[in-house]
Amino acid sequence: MQKKKLEKPFVKVVPELCKGCGICIEACPPEVLKFHDKFNTKGYHFAYYLGDDCRGCGVCFYACPEPEAIIVYKKGYEYEGEEVA
Amino acid sequence: MSKLLMKGNDAIVRGAILAGCRIYFGYPITPASEIAESAARYMPRVGGTFLQAESEIASINMVYGAAGGGVRVMTASSGPGISLKQEGISYAAGSELPCVIVDIMRGGPGLGNIAPEQSDYNQVVKGGGHGNFKCPVLAPNSVQEMSDLTQLAFEIAEKYRTPVYVLADGYTGQMMEAVEFGEPFTNVPKQDWAVYGDAESKHNLISSIYLDPEELEEHNRKLQQKYENIKQNEVRVEEFMLDDAEYVVVGYGIVSRVLKTTVERLRSQGLKFGLLRPITLFPFPEKRIIELAKMAKKFLAVEMSNGQMVEDIRLAVNGSRPVEFYGRMGGVVPTAAELVERCQNLVKKEN
Amino acid sequence: MASKVLQKPASFYDTYERNPSTDKKMPHYCPGCGHGNVHKFIAEALDNYELADRTIFISPVGCSVFGYYYFDTGNIQAAHGRAPAVATGIKRAHPHSIVISYQGDGDLAAIGTAEILHAANRGENITVFFINNAIYGMTGGQMAPTTLETQKTTTTPTGRNARNEGYPVKVAELISQLEAPVYVERVALFDNKHRSRARMAVRKAIKNQADHLGFSLVEILSPCPSGWKMDPVDSLHWIKDVMMNQFPLGVYKDNTKEVEPYEAPKMQLSDEEIKQAIEIIPDTEKEFKKTEYAERYANPEIKVAGFGGQGVLLLGAALAQAGLLENYNVSWLPSYGPEMRGGTANCHVNVRNIPVGSPVVNDPTVLIALNRPSLEKFEPVVVKNGLIIYDTSLIDIEVQRDDVEVLAIPATEMADKLGNTRTANMIAMAAFAGYTGIFNRETLKETLKTAIKRKKLLAINEKAVDEGYEFGKSKRPS
Repeated sequence: MQKKKLEKPFVKVVPELCKGCGICIEACPPEVLKFHDKFNTKGYHFAYYLGDDCRGCGVCFYACPEPEAIIVYKKGYEYEGEEVA
Repeated sequence: MSKLLMKGNDAIVRGAILAGCRIYFGYPITPASEIAESAARYMPRVGGTFLQAESEIASINMVYGAAGGGVRVMTASSGPGISLKQEGISYAAGSELPCVIVDIMRGGPGLGNIAPEQSDYNQVVKGGGHGNFKCPVLAPNSVQEMSDLTQLAFEIAEKYRTPVYVLADGYTGQMMEAVEFGEPFTNVPKQDWAVYGDAESKHNLISSIYLDPEELEEHNRKLQQKYENIKQNEVRVEEFMLDDAEYVVVGYGIVSRVLKTTVERLRSQGLKFGLLRPITLFPFPEKRIIELAKMAKKFLAVEMSNGQMVEDIRLAVNGSRPVEFYGRMGGVVPTAAELVERCQNLVKKEN
Repeated sequence: MASKVLQKPASFYDTYERNPSTDKKMPHYCPGCGHGNVHKFIAEALDNYELADRTIFISPVGCSVFGYYYFDTGNIQAAHGRAPAVATGIKRAHPHSIVISYQGDGDLAAIGTAEILHAANRGENITVFFINNAIYGMTGGQMAPTTLETQKTTTTPTGRNARNEGYPVKVAELISQLEAPVYVERVALFDNKHRSRARMAVRKAIKNQADHLGFSLVEILSPCPSGWKMDPVDSLHWIKDVMMNQFPLGVYKDNTKEVEPYEAPKMQLSDEEIKQAIEIIPDTEKEFKKTEYAERYANPEIKVAGFGGQGVLLLGAALAQAGLLENYNVSWLPSYGPEMRGGTANCHVNVRNIPVGSPVVNDPTVLIALNRPSLEKFEPVVVKNGLIIYDTSLIDIEVQRDDVEVLAIPATEMADKLGNTRTANMIAMAAFAGYTGIFNRETLKETLKTAIKRKKLLAINEKAVDEGYEFGKSKRPS
């Protein structure tokens, strides 16, 4: 299958692994992360990506204390199959 | 002449190196310091490590770390230091780490003195630290055995994944006698549970934590089974004139030597005494004592303590025969003359 | 090329199977806890430097007690405060491994103060991450050694009072005062810039170890929202506005450019080389024949006594060595410890045809007294018909007893004439042998090879043996 390159950076928050501490939201320079109105099965209002304007800076990834609650895909990220988003 | 004259403390280190031990962590304390000094002299010469730790606690935890790495490692101290090490020994027992701990006993409690006592029996044989554990304990009574039993201690430690004590007293550590050494053992096997800092072993965890009560109980049951196996397989005694003995004297370590002389003298007076000398204190020779209780009239335990091992004899005899006790404390080694008298009294009372 | 994706580092386990929780994906830390950030920085560094296989992570006691749930490395769990000692042990056992001691403030700066200080002072080539959150998290918010002045905790309910609890312990400052550490930095987790700085410090501290540079410690001011009873975001502000005032950030020490990498050399020895190295090959293969001597001297139980420095212990050891060479059962037992250093010395020697029972000589058959207090003290305990040998050069009294044999010898004067008063001990030793006939003179000379460490003194001691032996022999009762 042909590899595709990501044209825009993208941040993914895994709702079930987010403890809703809000540090990523505080840290995000373009302010594109927010608490969700919903809460996850642990009872946390998880963070989510507003869907636009992520710069792929990675600040949120390092701000997040959880190992895999946040994944940041930078521009040019190569992927196969389904869209990252 | 194939024998060498050396101190018990020196023989321990030579024995350890012959057994493949290449790491020593310790802290100086009389009357065990020659062990550290000897290790400092010889470990580097054989490509090993000697490290004088900042404390007894640090030294046993260094032992814990190295033992987790699957290598043969040891430490040594005397009563006050062993008390301090108990924390680490409990962790090593809980994490099932093989290592050798030498205790050259001195007088207590507290600072006591540096003369020989056997008053660490309880803290060494009965566990000492927190938790449901025991450690095999080997009790040499000669310089030759200081070397031989140290070597055996490493084998038992590895075979059962447990800390093993070599328990001796100040005099056995300090005295010089003739000793003969065998060939070096260099082929320490790689342990499948240990952490070597490589890809093959990185899934291994050295830990004594079992948060779940049932899991911890299961772990403890496994430990108890191990102690049961040790009881079945590792009891060692020395017997002297026990075949027709009417009176059995029991003593370990340096006391057993005086008792041997005592028995010889009593036999020359026609008194049927015999000596049972436990070489392993855990496992204690219960079965042999039960057998002896069937034919002997009385037991006498002699210790350089307030009577610690005697409790194990009483447990084994279980009330079927009188078990008397004679002890000296403070560093006084009983003489054969006084023990002969004590034994004669034992017979007089009987008649 | 920099990665185009930032995701969970491979040095973490995929799922945390050791965690008894049903959720094997979510760590046990509270929301906003700084441990997670530091874990992530460590795991990422291990990925980047390809060190995970070689790494051994030491989990302490405290909230990070379960560090081994997460790191796909070798793992050792340590007792409270002892991680640096455990790290020392495993690092010395396997120097090629990368050993990380990960500790909280109670662990490192209270109960484990000695261990961290001395591991640092030895310059152990390990990496220490010190999580300073000014509180005991695991046990529910008690005072830590790093708790700030006036900070309220469950054990400082009205705030830490320096008069009662002392001041916050400043670990980075303390450790940086030591000679050995190569890198000590304090960082903080409160904003992007400082998290980035912390991440770099973690990487550097690990790289230093891989480069064999020595001891590195990174102190990390880290949020504990639960312990501080704060919202996670507010806890970051508290680090910045309050905590940093008492714990200034910065590089406290960095010698990494100056120090030479050090790796201990490895050694491979043959069995024979090992035996030589540990000195278990006897000096001589020769057999020495026993002498014929009077029955009353058989199985001597000897007490040797004198001042410290007279070579009393050596005299006894030489007798035991002579006995060994002539195939007797021997034992030698010294006075030791403070008694030895207090100025008097004595030792007990048995030379027997049968195995030695107690090595203690309570009732000597032979007393060799080299000073007056020794003669006075031990003369009464010598057995009837025993033998007392004493140095008349130094002892101005005579033996009172008339039920013992006495050999009076001016040993120190004789030694002085030979040119070294220190040989008086060997003169007395040989006099005993000459008088009783119990050892061959050649055997005594052979013992000198073991007894005399300084080879240039060998010749004069051989003379001493000759003189002493002749003197003793000349007094031997016919």
